[in-house]
Amino acid sequence: MLVAKNITKRFPGVLALQDVCMSLEGGKVTALIGENGAGKSTLMKILSGVYPDFEGEILFKGEPVRFTGPADAQRRGIAIIHQELNLIPYLSVTENIFLGRELITQYGTVDKKRMRKRTQELLDRLKLHVNPEALVVKLKVGQQQIVEIAKALLTDAEVIIMDEPTSAITGSEVEVLFDIIDDLKNEGKAIVYVSHKLDELFRIADHYVVLRDGKSVESGSMEGICQDVLIQKMVGRKIEVIRKKSANQCAEPILQVKNLSLKHPVRTGEKLLKDISFQVGKGEIVGLFGLMGAGRTELLETIFGLHKGVEGAVLMDGQVVQIDSVAKAIQAGLALVPEDRKKDGLVLGLNVQTNLCLTTLEDMEEFGTLNTKKQEDLTTRYISDLKIKTSSQQQLAGNLSGGNQQKIVLAKWLATKPRLLLLDEPTRGIDINAKTEIYKLIMQLADDGLGIVMVSSELPEILAISDRVLVMAEGVLTAEFSVNDATEDSILKAAIPKSVYAA
Amino acid sequence: MNIALYKSRLLRFQSLIALFILCLGLSILSDKFLTVSNLWNVMRQISVNICISTGMTLIVLTAGIDLSVGSVLALCGAITAGLLKNGIEIPSNNLYIGFTILGAVLAGVLTGSALGAFSGFTITRFKVPPFVATLAMLTVARGLTMLWTQGFPISGLGDKFLYFGTGWFLGIPVPVWISGIIVAVALFVTNKTRLGRYIYAIGGNESAAKLSGINVNKVKIIVYTIAGALAGIGGLLVTSRLDSAQPNAGISYELDSIAAVVIGGTSLSGGRGSILGTVQGAIIIGVLNNGLVLLNVSPFWQQVVKGLVILLAVIIDKSNSKND
Repeated sequence: MLVAKNITKRFPGVLALQDVCMSLEGGKVTALIGENGAGKSTLMKILSGVYPDFEGEILFKGEPVRFTGPADAQRRGIAIIHQELNLIPYLSVTENIFLGRELITQYGTVDKKRMRKRTQELLDRLKLHVNPEALVVKLKVGQQQIVEIAKALLTDAEVIIMDEPTSAITGSEVEVLFDIIDDLKNEGKAIVYVSHKLDELFRIADHYVVLRDGKSVESGSMEGICQDVLIQKMVGRKIEVIRKKSANQCAEPILQVKNLSLKHPVRTGEKLLKDISFQVGKGEIVGLFGLMGAGRTELLETIFGLHKGVEGAVLMDGQVVQIDSVAKAIQAGLALVPEDRKKDGLVLGLNVQTNLCLTTLEDMEEFGTLNTKKQEDLTTRYISDLKIKTSSQQQLAGNLSGGNQQKIVLAKWLATKPRLLLLDEPTRGIDINAKTEIYKLIMQLADDGLGIVMVSSELPEILAISDRVLVMAEGVLTAEFSVNDATEDSILKAAIPKSVYAA
Repeated sequence: MNIALYKSRLLRFQSLIALFILCLGLSILSDKFLTVSNLWNVMRQISVNICISTGMTLIVLTAGIDLSVGSVLALCGAITAGLLKNGIEIPSNNLYIGFTILGAVLAGVLTGSALGAFSGFTITRFKVPPFVATLAMLTVARGLTMLWTQGFPISGLGDKFLYFGTGWFLGIPVPVWISGIIVAVALFVTNKTRLGRYIYAIGGNESAAKLSGINVNKVKIIVYTIAGALAGIGGLLVTSRLDSAQPNAGISYELDSIAAVVIGGTSLSGGRGSILGTVQGAIIIGVLNNGLVLLNVSPFWQQVVKGLVILLAVIIDKSNSKND
């Protein structure tokens, strides 16, 4: 029904998709799988017209098509359920479902009665018992997800794309969704199903396509294939490995985390982190792997004192740290390099020196004013230590390359003289050479005696520089490997969440 | 549960209740407040603010803001007055174009629409933040007003023209009719039409609105154009009431208008609020102004009180939405 041929999509500096091919049949569910950042969402956004600008060709019912935008794709019969919720909080369920395609009376006004009736039918079909007039903001996240699904079912779409539709819904709701998918299959619709939950795919999918590093590497029928084979196809990326010299395994622990749990900020009773315990030794690099939504970032943030509703204990050098504020965490010798350096790590509009000295302003003070000399000295030292490439200390941080920006973030935290460094995706969005430099830097820091926890979505990277690997899934620590025992397959297997269909 | 329901019903009418208490207090404190002539006078004064605040509400609902309404109002009033009184004279060609009242009024309102459309264009095409784009328009429109009037009022516009600002129709002042019709149309648009739905959607979550296939830029330009036109009508009312277009007319009207929107419960971050709320807000400000004058409160204190009332209204609103 729909064939995508040689799709290539470039973003500034990144080749997101390269020569991807995929074909969808009516009455079949095609599973699209791949690691984080493999290009699944990008491909789906191209098929649904969100990115009208790409290279390659899409054939829809045998004819070449070029969508001008999401509305155009919708009109021609392609509906998408986006991964992140795209609802307007202060409009009602009905208004959200009909947004952009309202029914109109003969007088040109919106036909509330007919829309409400249609919405009620859709909600009944989806077994969602909420008032069509209820504001979306009042619904639970799972219910919102179902409203999002209802949106896609409203138009009689022939191709329905579901990008992680079960990420926010529970067992019985998943069951309803799968029944509906079966119905849609029988009606002859083509469905694309994107999910990390491999066991779900065995329940509903007929075909699969594997993406890796923006390329379609495999496709075929789900029949006769097993989970291990699929996992093997997803991994196997090549990166020159710069393995660390044998690590000092039995070092004294710096950080100990004991039975750490974090309550969900909105959904009562649910937890983002469940009973997590581990420790990090002096000079040890611990790699923390998990798929999107596994709770990796939350774990780092919780240790750093950013969250409320925490149970359990964090110990530094055997001393319990009150993990209720960032100031106390810093005082205890912790530092967090956040995932999004542009948002949380740097002030892009300020210069290198100002950024670098931001964490240690108290030390820079003399007689109530900031000492210029001290700031210059500190900056000079880190520019040379970390080999930061900048034209001067007065250069704006926003003008530097990603790798150098990341080094400044590192530097500003190193300036606080931490003993434990929490790194969240330290090489995200930077080029391969800069990555290598960051790896070297991290290993150097470990050799100097820092304990390091590095969260990463890139398996080769984790295997390259960690001494030990921890794996998380759905807020739980699912596995621990010494790096010599860990393989990409075994790590990924431990990272894949078990949904209700595991049994 | 029942108490919560009761409370939420009560909250919906909180500004009406505040208004009622305000009126009650004023009628006890001053024997002039609750007279027919004073009430009509208040309504007449409020109608200008209701006019421009209706447009402001639409803009704020899209998470924008319009600081230029006061200056645009002045320019539109001056254009209407100037064209009506002097027409257009081009001495070199020996050309003179005279204007009927209708023509002059239309020209004024069209000027407002054009300036609004221009603001909307810069905001959507060049991604200028609405605050900055309309701040620029505030200065530009004031400057154009000065150029057009040469800094002098344009007065003596003829008895017929005064009908808009001072006349009566079926026992109700004409400006009250005009602002009432505007409110009715705006209510219809926000509640019954696609455009209204899109305005709320854009303010609620712009990227989601885009992904739903809504032409966000087009809707924004339309909204700023409407607000400009309504500022033009406001200019007509002011000019007609005073029988004079003042070059300094409308100064700080944008603040009264934003205050009405905010007191009316519309969220400055967009997506929530209503026209009726704004009308209530405008009435509260109008009654407060009138009451403070009647009570002989010094104009300096009047400003202080007004400011505090705005603050109070927003604080109450915030703590209510937290309870939600």
